[in-house]
Amino acid sequence: MPMTITEKILAAHSDRDTVHPGEIIMARIDLALGNDITAPIAIKILRDNGIDEVFDKDKIALVPDHFTPNKDIASAEQCKVLREFAHDYDISHYFELGEMGVEHALLPEQGIVLPGDLVLGADSHTCTYGGLGAFSTGVGSTDLAGAMISGRSWFRVPTSMKFVLDGELRPWVGGKDLILYIIGQIGVDGALYRSMELTGSAIGALGMSDRLAMCNMAIEAGAKNGIIAPDAITEEYVKGRSEREYTVFSSDADAVYDEVINIDASQIELQVAFPHLPENSKPVGEAKDISIDQVVIGSCTNGRFEDLEIAASLIKGKKVADGVRMIVIPATPTIYRQAMDAGFFAIFLEAGAVISPPTCGPCLGGHMGVLAEGEKAVATTNRNFVGRMGHPGSEVYLSGPAVAAASAVAGTISSPHDLI
Amino acid sequence: MSETVFRGRAWKFGNDVDTDAIIPARYLNTSDPEVLAAHCMEDADPEFSSRVSAGDMIVGGKNFGCGSSREHAPIAIKAAGVSCVIAPSFARIFYRNSFNMGLPIFESAQASAQTVSGDELEVNTATGVIRNITRGEEYRAEPFPPFMVELIEAGGLIPFVLREMGK
Repeated sequence: MPMTITEKILAAHSDRDTVHPGEIIMARIDLALGNDITAPIAIKILRDNGIDEVFDKDKIALVPDHFTPNKDIASAEQCKVLREFAHDYDISHYFELGEMGVEHALLPEQGIVLPGDLVLGADSHTCTYGGLGAFSTGVGSTDLAGAMISGRSWFRVPTSMKFVLDGELRPWVGGKDLILYIIGQIGVDGALYRSMELTGSAIGALGMSDRLAMCNMAIEAGAKNGIIAPDAITEEYVKGRSEREYTVFSSDADAVYDEVINIDASQIELQVAFPHLPENSKPVGEAKDISIDQVVIGSCTNGRFEDLEIAASLIKGKKVADGVRMIVIPATPTIYRQAMDAGFFAIFLEAGAVISPPTCGPCLGGHMGVLAEGEKAVATTNRNFVGRMGHPGSEVYLSGPAVAAASAVAGTISSPHDLI
Repeated sequence: MSETVFRGRAWKFGNDVDTDAIIPARYLNTSDPEVLAAHCMEDADPEFSSRVSAGDMIVGGKNFGCGSSREHAPIAIKAAGVSCVIAPSFARIFYRNSFNMGLPIFESAQASAQTVSGDELEVNTATGVIRNITRGEEYRAEPFPPFMVELIEAGGLIPFVLREMGK
């Protein structure tokens, strides 16, 4: 029976030849992930039930990235729960401050997630790893606890939507613009319960950073997972990051989709998603003249080296506009070091930006750049819900790194074409 | 499935109620249900947590609970005293979380369309019949898939997992 890449990964992890959309399967987990917000609840479940060992200490990742470096006493207590658990249960992949990065940038970078894996994460943006050709999906803390205990979890096999993006991208347009455009077309529940498979020549031409950014936001369309079949770019990225063997899956030519959407990617302009839903995406020109108070470049969506490189290339020799606060957050310690070595820090500092240590921080209104009432921000993050970056009366406009950097210089939402 | 009848007032919300509206991330430095309950629905209706009564119901629009995976969302709703949530559709992580931690949820487009805030509702968990006492109307919820019934009857995900493992 022909299958999609998602169906093949789910079948391989449940020791079956085939799986069908709609059926419920129990599948093996290659990695279970938690952070400083979600893991404490899961850890309490294990301790309260007298569970004194996890299914596999090498297949659990704990990343305290949301309210770290510890924002306040309550956050410090949460992180302490992770630290003590990692110690008591001998968890291999626990990341202390200094090694810690934004989880979905960190785990692929460290070779902890590989193509063909099945990853369950207590964080909705766990779907990011689809960029590597893994099946990965977000769950809550109780599901994380169940997976840490048993190494298995239940899944309803999703139907799949195929997005075929062909054509050459316009200057400065990247993965973030493509996914914002798609979410604008199908809505925040346009892929509810379904798999979003991204394919076509435009996807094949994207680097890993853009692919991860696109799959990262599959959840913003309600999807169970986003996925891109591995190719030479994936293999090149994975090389040298892990000794572990992995399996490359791809969809059969006659696999069944419940929807196929063809998109001429050459027609997609730089996008901005207006408050308060990611589906409110429009060409950047429609946001012209909206003045802003803050720009954030970072997050699990766009805090990678390539994102900082785009921002640095646009900011170089220019100043952040008066009245605008620009915050740059390299997503991991490795990216931090790479950006520093590449000279980006000098560019950002001379422009008047501030460079934050790796953290989710302002993306969820946690710390390190929270907005006051009435303030507006352009952010390369993933959500612009009411109150997402601070006061319920503040506003977030989502974009890719090029629009964010151009806007920081202009002081209004701008295209990089306006800058040069 | 064992039968429980909930009775309470409806609190109506719109489409795409996100988890930041249910429990803003700024309060996620704790997982204490009482603290979370005090801020439940704060950015959608600042008076909700002080005015909600035990047994009341949240009636949402489509895609209820979209956004983050935070189980703090159903925890906050349950700890606020809400008996159940009714919506035409739920975001998938919220759906899973609710079954796993024991917040009853019901899919009913009809109930969502007809109910307004303040209506008195009665929900039968076994039959899926939702009675709107204020309007004298009756709606139907979608039946739970058999696996979800198994999870509920096991007492939630963790008892289910432990039983499967023979622990």
